[in-house]
Amino acid sequence: MALLEIRNLHVKVENHEILKGIDLTINAGEVHSIMGPNGSGKSTLAQVLARRENFQVTQGEVLYNGKDLLAMKPEEAACEGVFLAFQYPVEIPGISNAYFLRSALNAVRKYRGEDELDAMDFIPMFKKKMKLLDMDDKLMNRSVNEGFSGGEKKRNEILQMAVLEPKLAILDETDSGLDIDALKIVANGVNALRSPERAMVVVTHYQRLLNYIVPDYVHVLVDGRIVKSGGKELALKLEDKGYSWVEAEATA
Amino acid sequence: MSNLATTSRELGNYLEAFTEFAKRAPGHNQGWVRKLREDAFARFCEVGFPTTHDEDWRFTNVSVIAQTAFRLPPAAVVSAEQVEPYRLGGAACQLVFVNGRFDPKLSSVNSLPKGVSAGSLAEEIRRDPKPLERYLGQYLNTQRDVFCALNTAFLGDGAYVHIGRGTVLEAPIYLLFVTTAGDAPVMTHPRNLIIAEEDSQATVVEDYVSLGADVAFSNAATELLAGEHTVLSHYLIEREHTDAYNVSTLRLQQGRSANVASHSVLLGGGLVRNNVHPVLAGEGADCLINGLFIGNGRQHMDNYMLVEHASPHCASRQFYNGILDGHSRGVFHGRIIVHKDAQKTDAKQTNRNLLLSDDAQIDTKPQLEIYADDVKCTHGATIGQIEEDELFYLRSRGIDEPAARRLLLYAFASECLERMKPGPVRARIEELVNEWLFHTAPRSPQPGNAAQERALHWEEVG
Repeated sequence: MALLEIRNLHVKVENHEILKGIDLTINAGEVHSIMGPNGSGKSTLAQVLARRENFQVTQGEVLYNGKDLLAMKPEEAACEGVFLAFQYPVEIPGISNAYFLRSALNAVRKYRGEDELDAMDFIPMFKKKMKLLDMDDKLMNRSVNEGFSGGEKKRNEILQMAVLEPKLAILDETDSGLDIDALKIVANGVNALRSPERAMVVVTHYQRLLNYIVPDYVHVLVDGRIVKSGGKELALKLEDKGYSWVEAEATA
Repeated sequence: MSNLATTSRELGNYLEAFTEFAKRAPGHNQGWVRKLREDAFARFCEVGFPTTHDEDWRFTNVSVIAQTAFRLPPAAVVSAEQVEPYRLGGAACQLVFVNGRFDPKLSSVNSLPKGVSAGSLAEEIRRDPKPLERYLGQYLNTQRDVFCALNTAFLGDGAYVHIGRGTVLEAPIYLLFVTTAGDAPVMTHPRNLIIAEEDSQATVVEDYVSLGADVAFSNAATELLAGEHTVLSHYLIEREHTDAYNVSTLRLQQGRSANVASHSVLLGGGLVRNNVHPVLAGEGADCLINGLFIGNGRQHMDNYMLVEHASPHCASRQFYNGILDGHSRGVFHGRIIVHKDAQKTDAKQTNRNLLLSDDAQIDTKPQLEIYADDVKCTHGATIGQIEEDELFYLRSRGIDEPAARRLLLYAFASECLERMKPGPVRARIEELVNEWLFHTAPRSPQPGNAAQERALHWEEVG
């Protein structure tokens, strides 16, 4: 059974059809990249999978581990192992990063019938994961993402992913706004989490990130449809020639 | 301003109570105490209760107080068990007032260090009234505020706290005001006098609670004198039941370089008016005015700040956060007066509000009166709802919706809690806020109308 199976997915946002029939199958252990020009629907797809509620699914279905993903609330999807690394991580003043992460981890553990962790168990684990992402300990006691630099926010997303250990990780433009050093750190963090049990969907506009997170499959999304799929060489071709040739091919 | 809303019948009720009270009240044989009460009562009769035509009471209608025939409460007995759940662990002393009267059996003053005395104001007036004359009633403005006049007319008991020069008291002085159930609506007028001599340091907590669920009116007033170089924290916790009316006034008089923090936490009470009135009288004084109000049901919580800068180089910072659900209504009125000679004043005011339902309402009003020419005054207010982006972010990490809402509300409240010094008082308040939000948060709001979904925001710098 595939980990994720998207069949003929149509999605509207405020009465505009953004996704116009997506079909995509992802197995555990695979890394898929979804590329496409601005406005093609990449982020919408990512958010629908994370169960953002202001999107209207008009047709199609999404099976995750054989279950109806579209029937799940965001927290249920998260507890079932779906994780979205946000393109624009949200700042939450007044909640410390450590408290937030521990609450999230314990919510997930509780859902899975595991014991909740207290601060004593949690901190050493948290510190280890922070080291992986070369993050300053001080970020632990700061409010979630508040006053973080762009790079710190993205690293914080990957840190959350490392702590929550999802089965399906969706990275929405995780490379945007990162300099090359930050990009390498983030990519290393992501690569460390690659495993045969885990699938990843890397949503990106540029090929650059894919030099560091090498995908098994690349899909090109144009105007709400996947117009081309291939291996990692497809990304290089896009880098070389831009999106216009796929768009031309798609409309031809 | 004379007031037609307070009828002679209503005043008659107070006249009867006052006549009885004045005959026996502590210090009735002292000319100055008697005069203090009589002048205040005359002022009360002259102006009566305010109406919403009065600018200071525009958003708060007290006719329900004016129209209720309150009695001074008979003596009541409260057991130690009844009071136990409210006590504050780690306090330097605990003074318990039942229906406005000091209860020595329930109180403990044993662990007070040298240089600190705390006890009943009534006893102090009986024992040694002379030294009180230069403080008591000298700071509260009975002309401007009729509730202060009423409190002074019925000045009977409350806490008298004296902190000697250079004394540093780490543990808080805890004052618990308990109102008991009665056959008829009762009124209490607790009056506290807190004197901190120069270079002293202390924390005082006033906690208002009710036993039973009958209509009651607490009209408390505190005069707090912060001498030169003092460092003081004052906490007000209002957690009476929702049939209680609570008006409280904190009048702070700050000497040179006195550093005072006023923290108000309003959780209970049906109709609450919280007056905080610091006067920064000495050069270099610093005042933090921090508050949190959490309303639900039909609670009405009015915060009236009057911050007077009377000397140069003083700083005041007001931060009030409100969380309003159900049909509750909040008011923040932040008035700052910078007197002519108060150059280099730095005054800041921020009021932030979360409305959790379509029917909750907040009125926020800044009022700046600046008579000096070299000052910095800023004010700002925000009104909004729980941010959907923040909610989704938390939920996308596995935290369920009620818990995520609670977390966001607590985070909003924490802005105020974090301004309190870590210690037993803050820990207690954190506990209470958590408890209160636990009742408030799980109900998700109904879809709001367009006007309310749009977060309002304004900020001005002047």
